[in-house]
Amino acid sequence: MAVLLRNRRIVSDGWQSLEPRRWLQVGEDGLVPDFPAAADLIITPRLWALRREDLLERSGRLGLRLEPEDDPGAFAAELGHFALLAVNFPKFGDGRGFSIARLLRERYGYQGELRALGQVTRDHLFFMDSCGFDSFALRECEDPEEALSGFGDFSEAYQACVARPQPLFRRRLRA
Amino acid sequence: MYVYDEIDQRLVEERVAQFRCQTRRFLGGKLSEEEFKALRLRNGLYIQKFAPMLRIAIPYGMLSARQLRKLADIARRYDRGYGHFTTRQDLQLNWPKLEDVPDILAELATVEMHAIQTSGNSFRNVSTDHFAGVAPDEFVNPLVWCEIVRQWATLHPEFSYLPRKFKIAVSGSAADRAASGVHDIGLHALRAADGEIGFRVLVGGGLGRTPMVGIAIREFLPWRHLLTYLEAILRVYNLYGRRDNLNKARIKMLVKERGPEKFRDEVEAEWAHLKDGPSTLIIEELERIALRFTRPSYEQAPEIELAKSGPIASWVQRNVHAHRIPGYAAVTLSLKKTGVPPGDVTADQMDSIADLAERYSFGELRVTHEQNLVFADVRKAELAALWGELRALGFATPNVGLLTNIICCPGGDFCSLANAKSIPVAEAIQRRFDDLDYLYDIGELDLNISGCMNGCGHHHVGHIGILGVDKNGAEWYQIQIGGNQMPAALGKVIGPSFARVEVPDVIERLIECYLDERESEVERFIDVVQRIGIEPFKERVYGGTPQEPAHRKRRLAIA
Repeated sequence: MAVLLRNRRIVSDGWQSLEPRRWLQVGEDGLVPDFPAAADLIITPRLWALRREDLLERSGRLGLRLEPEDDPGAFAAELGHFALLAVNFPKFGDGRGFSIARLLRERYGYQGELRALGQVTRDHLFFMDSCGFDSFALRECEDPEEALSGFGDFSEAYQACVARPQPLFRRRLRA
Repeated sequence: MYVYDEIDQRLVEERVAQFRCQTRRFLGGKLSEEEFKALRLRNGLYIQKFAPMLRIAIPYGMLSARQLRKLADIARRYDRGYGHFTTRQDLQLNWPKLEDVPDILAELATVEMHAIQTSGNSFRNVSTDHFAGVAPDEFVNPLVWCEIVRQWATLHPEFSYLPRKFKIAVSGSAADRAASGVHDIGLHALRAADGEIGFRVLVGGGLGRTPMVGIAIREFLPWRHLLTYLEAILRVYNLYGRRDNLNKARIKMLVKERGPEKFRDEVEAEWAHLKDGPSTLIIEELERIALRFTRPSYEQAPEIELAKSGPIASWVQRNVHAHRIPGYAAVTLSLKKTGVPPGDVTADQMDSIADLAERYSFGELRVTHEQNLVFADVRKAELAALWGELRALGFATPNVGLLTNIICCPGGDFCSLANAKSIPVAEAIQRRFDDLDYLYDIGELDLNISGCMNGCGHHHVGHIGILGVDKNGAEWYQIQIGGNQMPAALGKVIGPSFARVEVPDVIERLIECYLDERESEVERFIDVVQRIGIEPFKERVYGGTPQEPAHRKRRLAIA
C-alpha cells in the first residue's frame, strides 16, 4: 500500500484510484463492470459524469481527482459526495493546484481531505499546506521521513491563506 | 530605508536554511539538475557561461551604506571583487561558487538582504522611481506601497509557481521614472480630489520577445483594495496563463489573447469574491510600515545658486536633480564612464561609495533601473565637495540622460541566453561620442542595448535600441528607434541588422539625421522621430549618398 503524509504524519493510503477507461468499457454481456462495493475509490470527473448513480449506490467512500485545467467551481454543488478531493501537480513548476486548493477551501467550503498528488516534493509542502492541502501523495523518490521537515521550512507567512486566514498584518495588530 | 522587524528577519534566515538544505541535497545527488534549477532560480542563482551568477535583491533599489559594505565584502571574499547593477535595481555577482552560495545568503541576511525571487517563475523585485520620496513632482511617496507589495509578494503560498516571471513597478509621480508601462503590473499611485490615495492599475506590459505596453484596467483603485485586487489579477493569471510555451507565458499574452476587456471582466469577477476580505489593507499597517522607514533628518539648509559655468557646471546640469526640500538636491553617480561596463562597480569603489553616502546623504543610496546610483539627499552647499570626491572615483561623468548613459545588459560576455555581446558595443559607442560638447549638442537621448530578445537592456524603450541577434552563429545587431519610457512607446526596427564594427557608424548617421532635421535645440531625438517618422532615418542609414552633414559645421563652430 502506498505511503502518504496526512496531517503531517506518515500513513498508508487506503484509497484506490480508478482509471476511467476500464470502468466505461462495455463487456460481452453488454454491461459496464460493477464497482467494488465497499472500497474507497478515487474517480475522475468523466467517470463521475457518466456513472454517477452506480457510484453513489455503493457503501464505500468517493474521492474525485482534479487536473490543473479542471474548474473546481463546476463541482461546487456536489462536493458533499466526496470524502476526498485530489489535485494533480503534473509538473514540478505547475502552480495551478495552489489556486484550486484555495478556491475549494475558501470559496466552495470544502472540508474533507484535500490531497496533492503528482510531482509533490518536500519543497512544495509548506506552500501546499498553507493553501489548504492536508494530505500529500509524495512522488516516488521522496523519503517521507525527510519530507516531513518541509512543513517547517518557514514559521510565518505575510499573506492570508487557508492555514492562516488572517494576513500577518492583521495578526500583528491583534498580538 | 525599511528596517526589518523580527519576523522579516526570521523569514530571511529560514530561507537561507532552506536553500542550504536544497544545495546539500543537490550536491549529494538527491535532487536532479532540473529540480535544483527550479529551486536555485528562486534564490537568484543561475548557471552561466563560465560560472554561476547570483542576483541579489535590492528591494525597490534602496540600499544602506552598511549593506553596500557587506556587498563589497562578499564580492571580495566570494567573487572577483566586483558586482554589476542591473535594470531591475538588483546586484549581480558573476563568479561565485555554487557551494558557497548558502554562506553568501547567510552573510546577506546579517544586513537584512537576500536573493529571494530574483529569478524564476515568481514575483521579482518590486521596482520604483529612484527619486521616490524626494522628487518635487511626486503625488504620492511610493516607498511604503513598495514595501507592502514586497511583503505580499514574498514567498506567496499560492503564487510561487507562476507560468512565468512577474514584475511589478510602483510609481508616484507624473514622470514615470519606474517605467511602469512595461511591467506585468504597473501601479500609478494617485490622489483623488478628497486626498484619498489610490492606484491606476496597468496590466500586461513587458519587454522581451513580444514587447507590449500595459493597459489600464482600473483608473482608480482605492488603497485599501490594493492587495485583494492584485490577488485577483494573479489568480486569473495563475489559473489561465499559458504553461505550454515559455514564450507565451507572460501575463501580457493572456491579456492579448483574452482581449483587455474580457481580461478585466475576469479579474473583476474574481475580485468580487476577494474584495473586503481579510487581505484588505488597514491604516494601522500603513502607519506601521511607514514608521519602520528611516527618514532623513533634514536641516535648514541654505538654498544656494548652483554653478552655471566652469567644469562643475555640466555635472550640475546632468547629474544633479531637484529635491522637494529646499537646500537639498539628489545626485546621480554615473556608472557609465567610457571603458567600464555599464553598471559595474568594484568592491573598493563600493566601500568608497558607502563612505560618501554616510558623509553626504544620510548613509543611504538608491540603484536606478538605468544602472546608476543615486544619493537622494545631498545638501546643495556640499555639492561641490561631493563632485570633487566623485570625480576622483570616476563617478562624476556628466552624462545622465545623454547618449553615453547607455543601459546595457551583461550580454554574451557573461550570459548564456545572449545571442551577442553588448558591453563592447556600448564601449565602442561611448568612444565614438566621447566629445562632451558634441554629446551636449545632441541632447537628451536614451540608448539601450540588449544582447538578446529577452530585453534585459530595455532596448525596446530606448530612443535608440540595439538588439543582439544571431544569424547563422554570427553576432549581428538590429537597430530600432522611437522607443520611449514615459509615455511608454516601443521602438521600430529600421531595417536589416549590422555587424558589430558598423554599429557606431550607424548610430552616428542616425544622430546626423536628427541634427539636420531638428527644428530647434529643444527638440530631442525622440521628438524628431515622432514628428517625421523613421523613414528619413532609414534613408540616411541604408540609402543614398552620404551628404555633408550640417552638424559637422556646428561642431567646428563649437570647437
